[in-house]
Amino acid sequence: MTDDVPRRVAVTSPRTTAVRRPPGRQALAALDEQDVVGELLIRSLVRAQLTLGLRLAAVFGCLLGGLPLLFAVAPGTRDTEVLGVALPWLVLGGLVYPALWGGGWLYVRLAERNERDFVELVERS
Amino acid sequence: MNTSFDVAAVAVVVVLTLGIGVYGLRLARTTSDFMVASRAVSPLWNASAIGGEYLSAASFLGVAGLVYAYGADMLWYPVGFVAGYLVLLLLVAAPLRRSGAYTVPDFAEARLGSAAVRRLASVLVVAIGWLYLVPQLQGAGLTLRATTGAPAWAGAVLVAVVVTVNVAGGGMRSATFVQAFQYWLKLTALSVPALFLLLAWQGDGAPDLAGPAGPVFRETTSVRLDGPVLVDVVERTVVVETDGRDRVLEPGPARLGPGTVVFPAGAEVPHVDRIERSTGDTWARPLSGAGGLEHPLYATYALVLATFLGTMGLPHVLVRFYTNPDGAAARRTTLVVLGLLGVFYLLPALYGALGRLYAPELLLTGRTDAVVLALPGALLGGVLGDLMEALLVAGAFAAFLSTSSGLLVSTAGVLVQDVLRGTVRDFRRATVVAAVVPLLLALAATSLPVSQVVGLAFAMAASTFCPLLVLGIWWRGLTPPGAAAGLVVGGGLSAAAVLSTLAGVADRGWPAALLAQPAAWTVPIAFAVMVGVSLATRSRVPAGVGRTMLRLHAPESLGLRR
Repeated sequence: MTDDVPRRVAVTSPRTTAVRRPPGRQALAALDEQDVVGELLIRSLVRAQLTLGLRLAAVFGCLLGGLPLLFAVAPGTRDTEVLGVALPWLVLGGLVYPALWGGGWLYVRLAERNERDFVELVERS
Repeated sequence: MNTSFDVAAVAVVVVLTLGIGVYGLRLARTTSDFMVASRAVSPLWNASAIGGEYLSAASFLGVAGLVYAYGADMLWYPVGFVAGYLVLLLLVAAPLRRSGAYTVPDFAEARLGSAAVRRLASVLVVAIGWLYLVPQLQGAGLTLRATTGAPAWAGAVLVAVVVTVNVAGGGMRSATFVQAFQYWLKLTALSVPALFLLLAWQGDGAPDLAGPAGPVFRETTSVRLDGPVLVDVVERTVVVETDGRDRVLEPGPARLGPGTVVFPAGAEVPHVDRIERSTGDTWARPLSGAGGLEHPLYATYALVLATFLGTMGLPHVLVRFYTNPDGAAARRTTLVVLGLLGVFYLLPALYGALGRLYAPELLLTGRTDAVVLALPGALLGGVLGDLMEALLVAGAFAAFLSTSSGLLVSTAGVLVQDVLRGTVRDFRRATVVAAVVPLLLALAATSLPVSQVVGLAFAMAASTFCPLLVLGIWWRGLTPPGAAAGLVVGGGLSAAAVLSTLAGVADRGWPAALLAQPAAWTVPIAFAVMVGVSLATRSRVPAGVGRTMLRLHAPESLGLRR
């Protein structure tokens, strides 16, 4: 579970002779000092993460939250059989669990990507 | 049934729990070790521990019991128990870990800088913790009584003593080992008997689980009743009572017991008055109101809201997140938890469905939470049945012990931080206090289905800590007065609903439905009050909110000061 995403490693080359300043010092300082740039940076990260979380929550809210409504407005679906099992039992008793895990997996990937983008943005500036 | 197997199973689980606890105790050195295992537990360990702690009596026994009595709508309980973790992952897991706080009151103080909000949160942690502990202890009493015939108080006292010794002795470090072990024990204990039960059902010709008939006694069945029970008789039945004389039950209400009542094979099962009889196909259909549930559509949505949003607010769930090394690990841990829980929750519904065929007498006695324990004896029989029953008893005790110790660690942690000074010795004293109160409540209170009470604890958490955490993490505008008002209103309304449900104030119609499943109205009200009062007190937005937001959301790899 923890091994499938390799850790970020820094690959550096000793060939350069130029004196390099540590990457992202200014942006780091901006974040640390809470100045305008720092505010903007962190606000953009919070917005990206919130949008991602709410979007996935909305998808699952509609899919799962829609089920009782579907059963209510289309009573036929309560008795429909798929593969010999009643549809509500197949979905609520089985399929929903891998779907929830899949949603979680997708979120972890995307949230970590948001954070990587943020770190890169800070290091580049 | 063979009682000695069951007693041995309970003894083994208790000894293993205490043994692993002692092993952990050797590693626990400082107060920080006691509270959060020094924050160095790997995701798989931590996820197993979270699963072990989370799968309570409500999951191990209660879900099957509810499905058994009330049918397809109850499948939403386990779905909600898992989906709650997805919501937690999407909205709180990583920032909560990054907040660096030990408990919700710590979070409230770190985010809002208000001692008053902190105290309010502490009171709510203890209230929710106790509300959740009571059904665990009652479930233990029920299990011991159903399998060994011990008095109901014995199981509750046994569990309370074992977890108090264990938690006071080893704190969270040992709790982590114990919990992780207990997840795997619970999964094994529920899946192995399920396999044998399915094979036996196949061997029986795989009779229809959802046919057009109501539950019937498949063979001559002797039902033992400890006290008098009011039942509804469906068809004329001749039964044999304790004194050996025949009694004719005419359709309509009847009083049975105490004593033994023998029903002939093929007789319709009279149902205890609080559960309405339903045919198999009605029972299998969602929103049919099977078992006498009223307003099923409302109840379903309220339950969905309570479980989806309540999980993040449960005290014992939150504390676990502080044992992750960083925010990214907190996310991965949650993902593993989603997988572990999803596997487990495939099983309980199976027991509920098979129970209607092979253990219908519980619909008469009303002890529906015991359906999981009753099936091996009824369907397998012999030594295999005894062994499987013992395995289920072991799993059930693992459930009571693990959830109770998790709740005890978090309530005692809050008591020691906010009431006492916070040394190891105070933590031990607080643990005893935190265990005695729910034990007394469990012995005094009448017992409702365990999953229903647990559902009320979810509703209370969803109406208080969910808005506090979600708004605190994502909205800069949250103010201390806003948070306090939301906690008071959400907590007050949901507590009132819980108390009136426990007291049985309304038992029919809309009032009963609204009080039994309060989340659908208390959660929106709590959010609205928290946002509204915060907007009205804009000047009170904490000064350091920008820095707090940075700490909550910036990845650790940046290496900022924290």
